[in-house]
Amino acid sequence: MPLRIEARALSKTYGSLAAVDKLSFVVEAGEVLGFLGPNGAGKSTTMKMLTGFLAPTSGTALVNGHDIMENSLAARRCTGYLPEGAPAYGEMSVRRFLEFIARARGFAGKDVARAAAAAIERLNLEGVPEQSIETLSKGFKRRVGLAQAIIHDPSVLILDEPTDGLDPNQKHEIRRLIREMSQEKIIVISTHLLEEVHAVCNRAMIISDGRLLVDDTPAGLIARSRYHDAVTLVVEQPERVASVLSELPEARKVELREGELTVFPAQGHKLFEVVSNAVREHGWAVSELRLEAGRLDEVFRQVTQGGATS
Amino acid sequence: MSSSLSAVSNIARRELAGYFSTPVAWVFIVIFLVMSGVFTFYIGAFYERGIAGLEPFFQFHPWLYLFLVPAIGMRLWAEERRSGTIELLLTLPVTTWQAVLGKFLAAWIFVGLALLLTFPLWLTVMYLGKPDNGVILAGYLGSWLMAGGFLAIASCTSALTKNQVVAFILSVVVCFGFLLSGLPMVMNLFTAWAPQALLDVIASFSFLAHFADISKGVIDLRDLVYFGLVMTFWLLATTIVLEMKKAD
Repeated sequence: MPLRIEARALSKTYGSLAAVDKLSFVVEAGEVLGFLGPNGAGKSTTMKMLTGFLAPTSGTALVNGHDIMENSLAARRCTGYLPEGAPAYGEMSVRRFLEFIARARGFAGKDVARAAAAAIERLNLEGVPEQSIETLSKGFKRRVGLAQAIIHDPSVLILDEPTDGLDPNQKHEIRRLIREMSQEKIIVISTHLLEEVHAVCNRAMIISDGRLLVDDTPAGLIARSRYHDAVTLVVEQPERVASVLSELPEARKVELREGELTVFPAQGHKLFEVVSNAVREHGWAVSELRLEAGRLDEVFRQVTQGGATS
Repeated sequence: MSSSLSAVSNIARRELAGYFSTPVAWVFIVIFLVMSGVFTFYIGAFYERGIAGLEPFFQFHPWLYLFLVPAIGMRLWAEERRSGTIELLLTLPVTTWQAVLGKFLAAWIFVGLALLLTFPLWLTVMYLGKPDNGVILAGYLGSWLMAGGFLAIASCTSALTKNQVVAFILSVVVCFGFLLSGLPMVMNLFTAWAPQALLDVIASFSFLAHFADISKGVIDLRDLVYFGLVMTFWLLATTIVLEMKKAD
């Protein structure tokens, strides 16, 4: 069975509104794909179609070769899904809930308890298996949601905003779990947190108004930033320094903002050495000097709004 | 086949356990037992009529169910929608029909349990006289079938909305229509203009008429088929509504 998701002109319209507009892409084994986009961009709708919850208005998708329209149950069998907000039956205990999911996933007899116990261990839920889900903290609820998604060891894992609303420690924990699981699987996560893409994904797609705008690696995304390879310094008498630096042939532009001076490289030039040489040469009193990797949020705004303003 | 059966029973068992882990089940059972007792003894003149039978008990069931069954059924799908678990349930490898059937069966079994808990009434008539147990058994069967019809209607209206109050009111209205469709006050609306064939159809929809037949002790295949069809129709309608309105 091929490990692969293939979306073919996947579309979903509500009345005249195109929530997802002819989305086509292929995801291969080992990829952790991040769907990035503003709220209402169509990320969740796409995931709901891939998991068989919503039927596409037109187009289709194949999950491991199973058509989501014609062979929905087979596609669902190899998929684990964490819906947005990790909904669960709150009155059930963690163990009973996971056993219910395990049965629905085709486990029978002693395998049911075994699968639930394995998922509980995997997600570090050993402290709370008999507690009812509604009494758990947000972080634990999310882990229960992840536990139900992986209980059948799916080859495709689709996670809708897995860390949304969690505190930094919980986010770190969930991301660690996702990274751990990422080998030999396809993982698709949606997020509007840019740092998340950096932390867990090896591929990122920016979606806006239901259309695919950018499909790249996180590093490639950052490289699209105009800050990519720029050099920022904090220096005394910044105006004078700016006028000197703007004369450099390697510099395309110099910007002064809130006491920070940023020098942007001309096409194909590396600036850091040139700038640090200039600092030494002129003996400027520099208190900070750094190479910019690029700013994801700026790329994000640029791509989704059609122009960066900062 | 066995896998689809186990899918249905898995969902039904989860649902049924859900009733008992919230106050819903206990409140329903207590109110059902108290109300059926009140109706039977005070309004139904259980003792005064001097006959050892359960007619005074069964004759009020349609009216009792009119409000109590939608109260059970309203949460079937509205609650799944409100809490978002509908997305979890319907992305599991189960069909929508299996989910609809599983949840309906849980509610139906639950009402059946409440009905069984009225057994002290039966013990009372056994103690007082020599009732016809066949008639009583038929009464219980008819009552349970009618509850199933109401529940299937409630399942469908519950699938329409995430608001349980709206689901409840809609259920009561539709159930009321089905209950009364054979009575003169409803039939009078149609007699002036509708052809006789249509009148017969409308009249034959009546829960009351079919229930009355069964609870007299006459278990006619037509009445069984009628309730079976009503349940199947409304459960299929539930499935269609869910398929169409999943996103809302």
